[in-house]
Amino acid sequence: MSDNEIISRLKKIVEPYVQRTEGMENFEEETDFLNDLQINSANLVDVVLDVEDEFDIEIDNDSMEGMLTVGDAKSIIKRKMAAG
Amino acid sequence: MKRRVVITGMGVAAPNGVGLDNFELALREMKSGIRYFPDLKDLKFSCQVGGQPEIPDELLEKYFSPLQLRGLNSSGIVYGVISGTDAWKDAGLEINGNGSPDWGSGIIFGTGILGVDKFREAINLIDEGKTRRLGSTSVVQTMASGISAYLGGMLGCGNQVTTNSSACTTGTEALLMGYERIRSGAATRMLVGSCSDHGPYVWGGFDAMRILPGNYNDRPEKASRPMSATAAGFVPGSGAGALVLEEMEAARERGARIYAEVLGGEINSGGQRGEGSMTAANNEAVQRCISRAIENSGISAGKIDAINGHLTATSRDPVEITNWVKALQVNKEELPHFNSLKGMTGHCLSASGSIECVASILQIYKSFIFGNLNIEEIHPEILQHIEANNIPLASRPQNIDILAKASFGFGDVNAVAIFKKNNE
Repeated sequence: MSDNEIISRLKKIVEPYVQRTEGMENFEEETDFLNDLQINSANLVDVVLDVEDEFDIEIDNDSMEGMLTVGDAKSIIKRKMAAG
Repeated sequence: MKRRVVITGMGVAAPNGVGLDNFELALREMKSGIRYFPDLKDLKFSCQVGGQPEIPDELLEKYFSPLQLRGLNSSGIVYGVISGTDAWKDAGLEINGNGSPDWGSGIIFGTGILGVDKFREAINLIDEGKTRRLGSTSVVQTMASGISAYLGGMLGCGNQVTTNSSACTTGTEALLMGYERIRSGAATRMLVGSCSDHGPYVWGGFDAMRILPGNYNDRPEKASRPMSATAAGFVPGSGAGALVLEEMEAARERGARIYAEVLGGEINSGGQRGEGSMTAANNEAVQRCISRAIENSGISAGKIDAINGHLTATSRDPVEITNWVKALQVNKEELPHFNSLKGMTGHCLSASGSIECVASILQIYKSFIFGNLNIEEIHPEILQHIEANNIPLASRPQNIDILAKASFGFGDVNAVAIFKKNNE
């Protein structure tokens, strides 16, 4: 799966949780979930569950903690998919 | 002088009507909200009928954001949020998305148990070793105070935000607790109410106690028969009711419509002594609750025009009527009219008190009394104490100046509230 495809699927997943919609206009690797998109930190676990379902992977707690930006998420998804 | 408390807004999600206008029409037309549920048959329930508000998806989307709707599986929260938000808007109050909390406004919104279906989801996942799949809202949908927490955030309330729980007394107790908070000066405005989840996991325990009717599965609308000679047990219900209580001067200052005044009330317990038990009321406590409520309200018993009883359609209805008559101590011709909403809605458990308070206030404000559904023949023991014409069988216009509302609950707990028409 290409980087672009992962990111576009990711964008769809996070959309319902985003409280700052302007942040979605430039959805790129540097986009920060909490600061740029103002996703409620409690909802990050829901994002992780949705990502797991979408890509058929499992994201452990340690990986989740390092998932602050779109780029972080993309790397984790790629790594888990390769391992799977 | 203590501050006076009035009701300025109401909302309701009842089995026979969602929204104040639909509910009022249902009361006037004596519409039953009791339906047959095939899943209760599959689960081998003896009683396969119940009361459940009908909430189409389009309605749900008006009260919850798409994010809030994700994984939402707590019917009590759905009913509570609909009725609470409606009551707030009905009172003419703004919902301010930004700025400071509204420090003068609080919430007391009760429940018996919350988010049972969500909890079942969680239990199944946990038992499968998938605790990490619970998601972020499992806690807030199943904590008892979830309902006051959801409403508190939606409305931005900055005063006390809490949930009370006292079985079937919950709704009326919430109202009286909010009333006390305003009267003492601790709050200017309180959203009070209660909700109850629906479904087999809430109703099953009552079915097991064999206090629900099992003979009306083919005639659901006939199943709930308060005060009837053929009453066969209570029909389980669900839903929510909500009322905005406000300090009278504050309500007047902002030009709010005043539905009625809360004159006073009483909350007590029979201590499970005498004939009182976990599931039955101590009669002295009930009578004392009624007479002290009247005393606290500064009225005489003869001034009460109507009583909206607890009257669930079990064999206890005649005992409740006896208690009223003993507590009121008035001449037969001074006895008020009695009605029970439960013939139309079933017993909405922790939601019953608040839904019935809404029904009571509507009767006062709109000058009508709703008829008691499903009494073909009044229970003979009831007729030993009151005349048949004290029990309206059809809805009709009726001026009601003062109404008493009672709720009684498991644990031998009682609450009585006294409401008065606003003539000022």
